[in-house]
Amino acid sequence: MIINHPILGPRDSQEFTYLGDAALIDRPDWQAEGAADQFHDYLYLRDNPAGEHRELWFHEQGDRSWLVVTRNTVTHEILNVELARDVARARGRSK
Amino acid sequence: MTDAVMNAGRVAFQADGSTGARKGVQVNRLDGGLIKGSKALSFTFDGKSYKGFEGDTLASALLANGVRLMGRSFKYHRPRGVLTSGSEEPNALVELRSGGRQEPNTRATVAELYDGLEANSQNRWPSLQHDFMAINDRFSNFLTAGFYYKTFMWPAAFWEKLYEPIIRKAAGLGSISFEADPDAYDKGFLHCDLLVIGAGPTGLMAALTAGRAGAQVIIADEDFLLGGRLNAETFGIGDLAGAAWVAQVQAELVSMPNVRVMPRTTIIGAFDHGIYGAVERTADHVLAPEAGKPRQILWRIYSKRAMLAAGATERPIAFENNDRPGVMLAGAVRAYANRWAVTPDQTVAVFTNNDDGHRTAADLIAKGVKVTAVIDTRADAPKVEGAELFAGAQVIDTKGRLGLEWARVRLANGTTRDVPCGALAVSGGWNPNVHLTCHQRGRPAWRADIAAFVPAGELPQNMSVAGAANGDFSTAAALRAGAEGAVAALSELGIEAKAGDLPEAEDAPVNVTPFWYVKEGKGRAWLDQQNDVTVKDVKLAHQENFRSVEHLKRYTTLGMATDQGKTSNMGGLAIMAELAGKQIPEVGTTMFRPPYTPVSFGVMAGRSVGEEFRPTRKTPSHKWAEEQGAVFVEVGQWLRAQWFPKAGETHWRQSVDREVLQTRNSVGVCDVTTLGKIDVQGKDAAEFLNKMYANAFAKLPVGKVRYGLMLREDGIAYDDGTAARFAEDHFVVTTTTANAVLVYRNMEFARQCLFPDMDVQLISTTEAWAQFAVAGPNARKLLQKVVDPEFDISNEAFPFMACGEVTVAGGCRARLFRISFSGELAYEIAVPTRYGDAMIRKLMEAGEEFGAVPYGTEALGVMRIEKGHAAGNELNGTTSALNLGMGRMVSKKKDCIGNTLSEREGLNQEDALKLVGFKPVNAADPVQAGAHLMNATGEVSAATDQGYITSAAYSPVLGCSIGIGFLKRGDSRKGEVIRAVNPLEGKEIQVEVVSAHFVDPEGELLRG
Repeated sequence: MIINHPILGPRDSQEFTYLGDAALIDRPDWQAEGAADQFHDYLYLRDNPAGEHRELWFHEQGDRSWLVVTRNTVTHEILNVELARDVARARGRSK
Repeated sequence: MTDAVMNAGRVAFQADGSTGARKGVQVNRLDGGLIKGSKALSFTFDGKSYKGFEGDTLASALLANGVRLMGRSFKYHRPRGVLTSGSEEPNALVELRSGGRQEPNTRATVAELYDGLEANSQNRWPSLQHDFMAINDRFSNFLTAGFYYKTFMWPAAFWEKLYEPIIRKAAGLGSISFEADPDAYDKGFLHCDLLVIGAGPTGLMAALTAGRAGAQVIIADEDFLLGGRLNAETFGIGDLAGAAWVAQVQAELVSMPNVRVMPRTTIIGAFDHGIYGAVERTADHVLAPEAGKPRQILWRIYSKRAMLAAGATERPIAFENNDRPGVMLAGAVRAYANRWAVTPDQTVAVFTNNDDGHRTAADLIAKGVKVTAVIDTRADAPKVEGAELFAGAQVIDTKGRLGLEWARVRLANGTTRDVPCGALAVSGGWNPNVHLTCHQRGRPAWRADIAAFVPAGELPQNMSVAGAANGDFSTAAALRAGAEGAVAALSELGIEAKAGDLPEAEDAPVNVTPFWYVKEGKGRAWLDQQNDVTVKDVKLAHQENFRSVEHLKRYTTLGMATDQGKTSNMGGLAIMAELAGKQIPEVGTTMFRPPYTPVSFGVMAGRSVGEEFRPTRKTPSHKWAEEQGAVFVEVGQWLRAQWFPKAGETHWRQSVDREVLQTRNSVGVCDVTTLGKIDVQGKDAAEFLNKMYANAFAKLPVGKVRYGLMLREDGIAYDDGTAARFAEDHFVVTTTTANAVLVYRNMEFARQCLFPDMDVQLISTTEAWAQFAVAGPNARKLLQKVVDPEFDISNEAFPFMACGEVTVAGGCRARLFRISFSGELAYEIAVPTRYGDAMIRKLMEAGEEFGAVPYGTEALGVMRIEKGHAAGNELNGTTSALNLGMGRMVSKKKDCIGNTLSEREGLNQEDALKLVGFKPVNAADPVQAGAHLMNATGEVSAATDQGYITSAAYSPVLGCSIGIGFLKRGDSRKGEVIRAVNPLEGKEIQVEVVSAHFVDPEGELLRG
């Protein structure tokens, strides 16, 4: 597969390490009510869609960017590639 | 374009020399053809010498020499000859070469002849003519579809001991030599606008059109000769003979710098996003590769557009005893005659259901070969000049020992006629080569007008199909499709190309009446000749309710051989459809998967063999350690000194005991460069490390080091190390050797995805610093001789857990850490990697007066067990901070990775495992890592399990074997005597539960 890196352009997927669902960005607040349950869901409950999937890839053999890749798991078509940091900020993460 | 490519292609192969000189003992050699008749090549088959010509394949040369019998079948060991003239060959599989270069299961039809070629038949004993295993053929009733599910079921115990070994021994085709392959294989990467797969008329026209438009073009063909079927037919193109047109186009392509012509290159698979795999056979056509050159290259081709122009494959008709050597595909017989100037026999008959088969008769007759009959299943068959025609007739049987002698024909009027023939050219029509279109989600569609499947559905991204591969079988249609296809593909890339005027060429329509198998006869009619699958087997599978085409395939093994059923799948599908009362398209097809043709393991491995299997990382002191005669051990990719044997030491334990004792008594030095090092800088560096480590880091003073434990988000401990604070905004983190990459990855994840606004930067500096542990009571004295005098490293100025930047050896910058893994007074000193070799020499020189020893990973391991430090065996992916005795270290006042879930009930049971030490009650007993712990008395069972020993070593300090490990409530059981059991080896010893800190439990030494 070829991943169109937002900074570096098209790169072979062999340069990347795959992590999984981009929902891993949404790490719960440790002080929230029911944090243990939230962490349980965060860590163990994942969707496994046949179709569009937002997932995390790490450009380990490259610039070490974490990317959010929107990919069709059936056709392997890649629909969007974003810097994970931008996605995280957009989802309200900060420090 | 290089000369090599020029030479690999065509150099006007026209026959020369007199007929007599050419023929020699090549009894079946004809005139003409595209072989170079000037120079005879010598080769051997089963030890016997033969002659052939440049341009021959092994198959064409054997046929020229009157050899029809080339192999034995997989299951029944039936004598088999060549069926095809291409890579789809199921029968003529041979072993090429010998020794380390021996290659089994090579198709003789694509093995390019060279002088000195050595080939052997396979799957026969003692010889191809007399094969003992042919006895299987007599027992064929027991070896039908699925026999292994039915026949060898009882008694059950016999399967493993008797049946399976016998079947395994009998099965298989070629053999390997078990010698190392002396040749190199390479991998490479190519990029192009348009990849053209196949260099027949379609592909050549496409490449020419695209090349003239200036596009970057790769045209690849598995054959060593470009031209595809143009080489096998007598068609002209425009004013030129087919081969002459090919030569002209090839010359133009080769002259274009933007076109890469790749003969002998098979596109083996279509992968995601326009990526194709290709195997180029750069040296399979010579005796041995040139020195330093690879035998084969595995290319990864990144294409913006690809055109499949792979042509079509002829399919046979099944009839009784249709596997006798001499029964061949009609197109192949024609190819042998026209391209290789060979006829399989002097008398040939043709059996066909379509007009194309008639071409074989016409071409052979033109070459002076006697065609004894054309048997056409169609009552309205076209007329034949120069041979007898049996219209509406079928071949119902053949005869001949080890080779065809005559065919029995059922005539339209119901009578039979025996037709003498040494070869029978069979044509059941042509199947487009759709294989690569199916490598992702393409599913072929049936076209009734040509009675064949054509590419359909979702093709691989940016792939188009043209020519015969798309069901356009005439030469004129192929040229048109190639040119127009290239124009269309390039226009998508914004490159303007012109189809131009196309040369004139034959444009015959397809005229075929589907006919799959002859129903008459009680014997076996073969579909898949490589896997010995017959029409009966398909019927049996249907009878036993294997109705899905995928089930049929797996139950009968139809199409599961190395040829993937290129000549046989279609027949099986058609028979299945008939039995089920369905149309062929309703039955569907099985999946084609990469690789298109078999690929050698050698080219898959490429250069990654032996020591090059993966990168080897050497420590900065490696050369010095080699000089000391160190024994090395692989730690991941690293090579580390395991111990340093001295003269007179005959057992590793002597060396290791000495290294431990000398370190503990005076001083020892160890290269610890392999530990991961991560530089962490930024205003929020401390806050960031607070998130990474279970314990707190925010308040660590500058100039201090702290041990840190990292958890996974699920609360399990996964790595430990130290973080040294060099400035308010600068830390140096160490990780274990094994987890250096993972910790860095996780830290980047946290930095970018979880805490994106933290002001913190990370960089891996593992390889930037050479780091040495200096441990033992004389460690400070030694280092005071190395560290420049302006730096005070006395105990007062540089206490336990201090760190700082210093210089050594008169100004070389260095980092000094006062940390201890051994439990001794110890330091780690780091210098830029390029000074690592000088540094180990300096340290050892300075240590001479103290008798300093270098110590390896074994002594390191012994000392850390003696001190009770956890390492990989303890951080084993199942243990928490609580288990490790560090439960209280996990800060509850801050968030960190793993904090919340480490509080789970399941990880905090009252009887949780705790890390403790174990000493044998009988000092002579060895403690074994992996042993399980049981109470002093009672049952030994999983239910009564009390824990396990993770690490064990002989402690030269204590004079006995010791261990550390996890014991239920271990921290409150010190002094208790329990059992360490090893049921696998039937061993059981008594051990006393002790503190894991065998040496200096109060930690006085390391603070001294």
